[in-house]
Amino acid sequence: MDAIDLPEGGDPLVDEDMQLALYCCYELHYRGLAGVDEAWEWSPSLLELRGRLEEQFLAQLVELVGTPEPGGGEDWAEMDLALRAIADSDDSPSLSHHLQREGSADQFREFLMHRSAYQLKEADPHSWALPRLSGRPKAALVEIQADEYGGGRAERIHARLFADAMDAFGLDSRYGAYVERLPASTLATVNLMSFFGLHRRWRGAIIGHLALFEMTSSVPNRRYGDAARRLGPDDPRATAFFDEHVEADAVHESVAAVDLAGGLARDEPEVAGDILFGARALIALEGRWASMLLKAWSQGSAALLPPLVTVGAGA
Amino acid sequence: MSEIEPTITPYRDGPLIVRGGFMLLDQDGNPIETGRAPIALCRCGKSRNRPFCDGTHQVVRFRAASARDDGRAGTGRADENPMSD
Repeated sequence: MDAIDLPEGGDPLVDEDMQLALYCCYELHYRGLAGVDEAWEWSPSLLELRGRLEEQFLAQLVELVGTPEPGGGEDWAEMDLALRAIADSDDSPSLSHHLQREGSADQFREFLMHRSAYQLKEADPHSWALPRLSGRPKAALVEIQADEYGGGRAERIHARLFADAMDAFGLDSRYGAYVERLPASTLATVNLMSFFGLHRRWRGAIIGHLALFEMTSSVPNRRYGDAARRLGPDDPRATAFFDEHVEADAVHESVAAVDLAGGLARDEPEVAGDILFGARALIALEGRWASMLLKAWSQGSAALLPPLVTVGAGA
Repeated sequence: MSEIEPTITPYRDGPLIVRGGFMLLDQDGNPIETGRAPIALCRCGKSRNRPFCDGTHQVVRFRAASARDDGRAGTGRADENPMSD
């Protein structure tokens, strides 16, 4: 593959081509892309391109939330409090409040479409961290992921519950069905996880990301569940995903903050700053995503790209 | 039911996490379906899903140490809940 020139300047987090290119590069490591040779996953030239995209992505993350602090030194027995402080500092507008109280059924369906970019592979990006941990944080991650993957029951896998909710709301729950409709800000929230998850060097950040994700999940999911009950069909599949997450993430929250993130900070104090960086990056990107949706909705529109039109089909 | 020795862990500012083999019963001795293991039991009293935790402790800024309170001194934290004494 010949070297591709990347655009310079601008914000890579809202650059449609940039985020879609990263998303496609990463997807080769998950379920692959229909019609794309699986050998591309380890193509040196494509990995080189991905590396340059990641440099821009990372530079913008640093611009948003600051450089990761060097770890070590400090006593990280209070990592859970440091993460809580990050959660408490989040002043992003609340999508869950809006949907619970006044959002429309169309808006809820759109919310599901955006979330499908992650939720149909829920937990997978964080699973990359498993072989990179040992001892207490590894056991904590297994405890959380086992629950995410349904405790061994396929019908309880959280990604399956999300697909069920999409079905109940009349959406296409096939993996990747809406990727072409999703704007850069949505894809960036998933690329963030893949970037942190695929690089061992960022193991602290993917753990910080998961910890804060779990710490800020129970209460919003209760509101999303209320929204699904208010707006959705009389079908248990419409709400099961959200109700499950209220209870599950109430467990995960403590385990992720104390045993997982706190355990990793004690084992490897040098990545403690990366844990906080991952947590801050999650808050920043989720906040931008939520703001984008609420802004579009307040203007009576949707934050979706128009469907792709096949040109010259069959020619 | 797991054969593993049950443990109950109070997490700082959060719920009681119960792991291992245990039975959860109401006061009349009827089993309460848990649906998962481990479980998180509400410690702040404000859950809408009692006896289980639903994350509301964050909303009400519940504060409690993980280790045993000594019953006299505070935890020394600036954000300590004055109602917890």
